[in-house]
Amino acid sequence: MIFPASNALQRTNYLNAQKGWWSWFWTIDHKRLGLMYLWGVFAMFAFGGFFAMMIRWNLATPDTNIWDPELIPAATALAKMDAYNRMFTVHGAVMIFLVIIPGIPAALGNFVLPIMLGAKDVAFPRLNRFSFHLWILGAICFILTFTVGGLDTGWTFYPTYSTGSAGKAVIFATLGTFILGFSSIFTGLNFVVTIHKLRPPGMIWFKMPLFLWAIYATAVLQILATPVIGISMLLLLVEYTMQIGIFTPELGGDPVFFQHLFWFYSHPAVYIMILPAMGVMSELIGTFSRKPIFGYKSIAMSSLAIAVISFIVWGHHMFLSGQSPLMSTIFSFLTFAVAIPSAIKVFNWVCTLYKGSISFATPMLYALSIIWLFGVGGLTGLFLSTMGVDIHLHDTYFVVAHFHFVMVGSAIFAFIGGIYYWMPKMYGRMASEKLGRITWALNFIGFNLTFLPQFVAGTKGMPRRYFDYDPEFAVYNWWSSIGAAFILVGMVLTLIAVIQAITRGRPAPANPWGGVTLEWMTESPPPEHNFEGDPPEVGDPYDVSLVEYKNELDGFVPAKPMASDPNMYDYRASLKAGVAHTNLHP
Amino acid sequence: MTATAHAHHGPAHLQHHFETSEQQFDSAKLGLWVFLLTEVLFFSALFVAYTSYRSLHPEVFAYASNYLDTNLGAANTAVLLLSSFTVAWGVRNAQLGQRKLLIMNLIITLLCAATFMGIKYKEYSHKYHEGLLWGGAEHSIFKHNQFMILDAVKEHSHAWNEGVPEAGVAAVKDLSNDQRRDVSIFFAIYFCLTGLHGIHVLAGMVLLTLILIKVLRRKITPEYYTPVDLGALYWHLVDLVWIFLFPLLYLIR
Amino acid sequence: MSNHDSHEEHCEHKGPHVVSLGLLATVLIVLLGLTGLTVVTGKMDLHGFDLAVAMLIATVKASIVCLIFMHLYWDRKFNGMIFLFAVMLLGLFLAFGVLDLGQYQANVDAYRADQIQP
Repeated sequence: MIFPASNALQRTNYLNAQKGWWSWFWTIDHKRLGLMYLWGVFAMFAFGGFFAMMIRWNLATPDTNIWDPELIPAATALAKMDAYNRMFTVHGAVMIFLVIIPGIPAALGNFVLPIMLGAKDVAFPRLNRFSFHLWILGAICFILTFTVGGLDTGWTFYPTYSTGSAGKAVIFATLGTFILGFSSIFTGLNFVVTIHKLRPPGMIWFKMPLFLWAIYATAVLQILATPVIGISMLLLLVEYTMQIGIFTPELGGDPVFFQHLFWFYSHPAVYIMILPAMGVMSELIGTFSRKPIFGYKSIAMSSLAIAVISFIVWGHHMFLSGQSPLMSTIFSFLTFAVAIPSAIKVFNWVCTLYKGSISFATPMLYALSIIWLFGVGGLTGLFLSTMGVDIHLHDTYFVVAHFHFVMVGSAIFAFIGGIYYWMPKMYGRMASEKLGRITWALNFIGFNLTFLPQFVAGTKGMPRRYFDYDPEFAVYNWWSSIGAAFILVGMVLTLIAVIQAITRGRPAPANPWGGVTLEWMTESPPPEHNFEGDPPEVGDPYDVSLVEYKNELDGFVPAKPMASDPNMYDYRASLKAGVAHTNLHP
Repeated sequence: MTATAHAHHGPAHLQHHFETSEQQFDSAKLGLWVFLLTEVLFFSALFVAYTSYRSLHPEVFAYASNYLDTNLGAANTAVLLLSSFTVAWGVRNAQLGQRKLLIMNLIITLLCAATFMGIKYKEYSHKYHEGLLWGGAEHSIFKHNQFMILDAVKEHSHAWNEGVPEAGVAAVKDLSNDQRRDVSIFFAIYFCLTGLHGIHVLAGMVLLTLILIKVLRRKITPEYYTPVDLGALYWHLVDLVWIFLFPLLYLIR
Repeated sequence: MSNHDSHEEHCEHKGPHVVSLGLLATVLIVLLGLTGLTVVTGKMDLHGFDLAVAMLIATVKASIVCLIFMHLYWDRKFNGMIFLFAVMLLGLFLAFGVLDLGQYQANVDAYRADQIQP
């Protein structure tokens, strides 16, 4: 095997610098924590995905169900329905709290963010390790719900069901969500401080890679919104265990109040899921178009705009919950507003592609498909934010299809695209392009096949979360389940592709894709402290003329010494001289 | 570990990924302020609950507040303010390297915190004996939908039979069922807010004790007093919350 | 106290600000005084302004604690902004929540009135 000159697999790198499982479990290295998050998220994705497949199996035709009395004689009809309720609940809760929310920020963000900043680590490495351990604890809590009968409240935990007749699983689930919330808060806190205080010489705010802007906006949301889910879950817990009465009408409480609390977090949480995906998109589109990204500032600012607006739209989940018409009108209007920054991003990506020299590598295929998937998911969101239309579509499969297009079609696809993109950096090896493209095609076709029919079923009135349906919806559900089978094959093959790359992949050059951000300026995989010596100086993160292709490396190298700007402020030297850097650390 | 394996220059407290002590100090402080922000939002839900129910039932809140002891509330406010002062003084001691004074101030702060919790315990146990609890509690006199099983509790409760004599407030038995249900929400919010605040006091005590240990082990110097500064900031937040809770809960006419 | 508003301008780092003991003690006395004041005003009939006065006093107390005890007056302005932002968001949450939760109370009351009183 020929190793490129810059490949560090044979030398000391962060993967082999320390040995033994304890050196992983107790590490404070953000790269190792990022990788462990990645594998944790994979495991949870398989866990939640298993239930998704069971749901689609059950719904494949009106009369099939996997708990056939002939197979399981003891199962009564009611028990089967209960089992179905638990499956979609666990699918939803695990996918949201344990997969998508930590997916890009905690796994990819942890790995990439400090390297992109040219820093040695995040600002608080031990806090970072603590958030990972909290994540594990939260995951265990969710798994423990099965030991007490399973959770069947839906991922939203609405009282009065969740505080009354639901089983003991509510205790573990709320506790798990509470713990995961703190994991998320600490990650966000870490990232905000890291971006504020550890930016390198010359990296002013508007020279930050767009991924960092997106992660920053996400972190702000994590910090501001997540405490509210923390307290809501705590209140739900005391309501369940001690009947405190705040959410229970018989005791004078108000169940709609819980919905306000819940969506005050959970709507911003939707943007906690999608914003990092948008950040990954910007990196992928920029790099693989071999062209400076179009509208850098508007992409950066639209991330912040989305973060701000996302706080004042939560009521659109509550149009039919007894919320006042006045509030619904306000929330409906504000929800339209959030479409503007989202559209700005899409337009900018499309404009970046225009006249670019596009390379259809696997990460780029995912990125390109997201333009379609996010377009569909985003635009159908506008249907739902229109109050009158929402009354018809509320709690139908239209909603299910809409949020899957955004959360899976955009967030998970960006996650997979990001894994392919940064895989050479993480493991120093390239993934197979052939397998990558096949799995992308399976995932993309399967995804559209699964969820496009659900839009139609939804507009015809098929309600979500039901165990069974009328025969008129049979055709949509049949195709939907076929699509799900495609996704199953695609995801399993994706996992195989990742494992194959890690174990037998071609050693990667330092910069295989031609990225200009700092993580491509170090070795693949990076040394323990990210850079040998001082990190390279910062240029424009999207000026592709700064790197050029070297045939013998099958990768890119800096085109010219980057320290050419005489006006570049020598930050480190002045730091050592004790100069305050308020311009860099606002 | 990683941090120690990497040979770094500069003072011993400087972690490997920071360039200067100042950068490290600023980062820690920014991080703590962000954390305080999350704490404010953590309490926010209960403040929303409080404001909603009070704006819907102002008379109920005025009635129920009479059952809280203003003197004990005021005493607790004074105790917390004093502890805030001593911990702020402690930061000054740490900055100036006055080790003995710092130890003294931290101990006084911890004693104040313990006093606060002691008074809180007295209030809670009184409420418990009177049955002035939230609607669903076993001994609550507000358990309006289960009249039969609660008679025994009611007879022993002063609040149920007599009201608050000095304020001339009607006894709970004279309220309608709806009113009793609303009053029980006041106590639910009271216990949630003060309970959550009490948990923060306990967390602050643990934090301050850890800092005290650091001081005793001579880890705190005028060059590196970050833990004292951060611990003090956290403690002030606990005080800040109480500054609002006191008038909101105890001083309703 | 000299450098509280000019972080951008001065390049020499002056080190942390040490608050004088006199100022700290004054603040304590003012805070205790305000506590007494709020107890007194809490017992008076202020014709509907009871809550406003109590909140005003509490806000003054909280501001003093933030500015002096928590060093915000001398600290980086960004830290103060963060805290202010938290309070603003709390206000937003409060406003939206209260605005909505009051709206359907008439329905709840009507429903309760229909229930048979035991």
